[in-house]
Amino acid sequence: MPGAAAVARWLGRHPVGAFAVFFAVFPFLVPYKALASQVLIFGLFALGFNLLYGYTGLLSFGHAAYYGLGAYGTGIALAKLKLGSLWLGLAAGPLLAVLGGAAIGFFCLRRRGIYFAMLTLAFAQLLYFIAFHLADITGGDDGLRGIPQLPVNLFGWKISIESPLAFYYFAFALVCLSVAGLKRILDSPFGSVLRAIRENGDRAAACGYDVRRIKHLSFVFSALFAGLAGALDALRLAVVPVESLYWVTSGQVVIMTLLGGAGTFFGPFVGAGTFLLLEDRLSAFTERWPIAIGLIFMTFVLFLPKGIWGTLTGGRHGHQSA
Amino acid sequence: MEVSLAAVLPQIFTGLVLGMIFVLLAIGLSLIFGLMTVVNFAHGALYMLGAYCTVFLLGFTRNFWVALLVAPLMVGTFGLLVERFLIRRLYGRGPDDPLLLTFGLSLVLIETAKLIWGKIGLTLDPPRELGGAVNLGFMAFPAYRLFVIAVTVVVLLALWAFLTRTNVGLVIRAGSRDPLMVRALGIDLSRIWLLVFGIGCALAGLAGALAGPMRGAYAEMGVTMVIESFVVVVVGGMGSLLGAVVAGIMMGQVVGITTFFAPKLAEIMVFVVMALVLLVRPSGFFGEAGLME
Repeated sequence: MPGAAAVARWLGRHPVGAFAVFFAVFPFLVPYKALASQVLIFGLFALGFNLLYGYTGLLSFGHAAYYGLGAYGTGIALAKLKLGSLWLGLAAGPLLAVLGGAAIGFFCLRRRGIYFAMLTLAFAQLLYFIAFHLADITGGDDGLRGIPQLPVNLFGWKISIESPLAFYYFAFALVCLSVAGLKRILDSPFGSVLRAIRENGDRAAACGYDVRRIKHLSFVFSALFAGLAGALDALRLAVVPVESLYWVTSGQVVIMTLLGGAGTFFGPFVGAGTFLLLEDRLSAFTERWPIAIGLIFMTFVLFLPKGIWGTLTGGRHGHQSA
Repeated sequence: MEVSLAAVLPQIFTGLVLGMIFVLLAIGLSLIFGLMTVVNFAHGALYMLGAYCTVFLLGFTRNFWVALLVAPLMVGTFGLLVERFLIRRLYGRGPDDPLLLTFGLSLVLIETAKLIWGKIGLTLDPPRELGGAVNLGFMAFPAYRLFVIAVTVVVLLALWAFLTRTNVGLVIRAGSRDPLMVRALGIDLSRIWLLVFGIGCALAGLAGALAGPMRGAYAEMGVTMVIESFVVVVVGGMGSLLGAVVAGIMMGQVVGITTFFAPKLAEIMVFVVMALVLLVRPSGFFGEAGLME
C-alpha cells in the first residue's frame, strides 16, 4: 500500500505532527479519560528530564524539585494569591521552576558525573523539607488545597475545562507546543552542542564552547518543561500533595524515561504511558505494585538500556555522563 | 536566649551518636565508590534491611548480641550476591548505570519490606544490660547510645588496621589509586571488588542494626539516611575515609545542635552546610579536585 508507506514516512519526518495526531485520539484508546491526561502530563515531565539526561548526558535524580515548584507556583498563585486569571496562574509555576532550576543548577553543576546526580537529589529533598514545614504557604503534610478550576479565557471567549475531556485537550494544546519547542531546541545549533557535550564534554570545551553555561541553560529549559508539567498537574488534581517534591516523584520520572528510551524523541511519552498503564493494572491486584515496576526497571537497565522506543527504532542509549 | 551548657550537652552527645551512624554509612559508600566508582543507591535500603534483620533475629534467638553480630553478616552476604549477579554485569558501562540499577533495587527492597513487615514501623528495645543510663559525672546518658559510639570506634579502628596492615588492604588501596596497574601486576581485582562491596554493605547493615533500638525499624528509614550520608561523603571528599569520619561527626553535630535551637530546621541544615562547602571547596574537606568524576 503506497499510501500507508507515505503516511509512515511523513510521520518519521514530522515527529511533532505525528505526536499531535496520535494524542488527539489517545483519550479514546485508554480505559478512562483522566489516565490520558496523566500520561500527557507525566510525558511532558519526562520530556524535560530527557532533555537533560538523554540529550545533554546529565543524570538528575532530583527532578521532582522543578515539577513540585511548578505545581506549588501555580497552586499558590491560584489558591493563596487568588489570581483571577488561569493564564497568570499557569505561568507562575513554570516561572518558579525556572528560577529554582537556575539556582539549583548553579550549585549542582559545580560537580560532575555521579556527584551531580546525588546533589540534584539532595536539593530536591531540601525543597521537600521546606514545603513540609512551611505549612502556612504550602499546606504542609495535608497538601495545598482549594485550587479553583478557572475557565480558559481565549481572546474573551471563556471555555470551561472542568470535564476530564475538556481538560485533556487544554493540556494537549500546551504539551503540543512544548513538544514543538523541544524539537526547535534539538534542531538548533544549541541542540547540537548539547549532544556534543553528551558525547564528549572535554572535546566540546576544546572547540570553544562554554560547557558549564550550556549545561546550565539545558538544566533551566529542562526545569521549564518539568515546571509546566507540575503546573498542569496542579490544575488537573486541584491539589498539590507534598509528595510531588518527594524523591519517589524524582524516581518515577527516571524510570519512565528509561523505560521509554532516554535520548529518543518519543521515549518519554512511551515510558510515561507504559508506567501509568502498568500502575493502573497492577494496583488492582496489589498495593505493592512498585515491586514489579522496580524489577522491570532493573531488567531494562541490565538488558535493554535503550528502552522500549530506542530498542524498536534502533536509537542510541544516552547513558554517557559528562 | 539563655542557654545553659547542661541543656546543650545531651544534644551534643545525641548528635555524636547520629554522627556515628552517618560515619558507618558514609565509609561504606566512600569505600565502594573509591574502589569501584559505583554509587550504591541501595545503601539506605541495606541499612533498613540491617534493622529488620535484627528484629527478625531477635524474635528468633532472643539474644541481642547474636542479632547484632549476625544481622550485618546477613546484609553483607546479600551485598555479595548483588555485586556478583547484578552490578558485575555493568562494569565498563559508565557510572550512571550502577546508580540506576541500585535505585531500582532499593525500590524493590523497600516495597518488599512493606510486604513482609507491614507499612507501620516496628520498635526495638535495647538489650537489658544496656537499658539504663550512665552517669558521666556532668550528666546522665543512655547506656545504649554510649555503646553505639564504642562499637563504631572499634569497627573504624579494625577497618583502619585492615586497610593499612594487611595485604588485602594494600591491594584495596592500590586498586582505588590505579586499577589498571594492579591488574597488570597479576592481581584479580574482581574478587577484591566483590569483597569491598560486601564489606560496605555489611557496614550499612551494622548501622541499621545499631540504629534499630534508637529509631525503630520502618521500610523508608534508609531513604533520608542514604541522601544525608551521601552529603557527608561530598562534604568529606569522595573516596576519603578520613573525610567521611570528620564530615559524619560534624553533620551529626549540625543536626544535634540545630534540633536544640530550631527543630524544624534540623533536616534542612545538612543541605545548607553542603551548599556552603560546595561553594567554598567543591571537592570537599579531604577530596582531591576532579577525582573520579
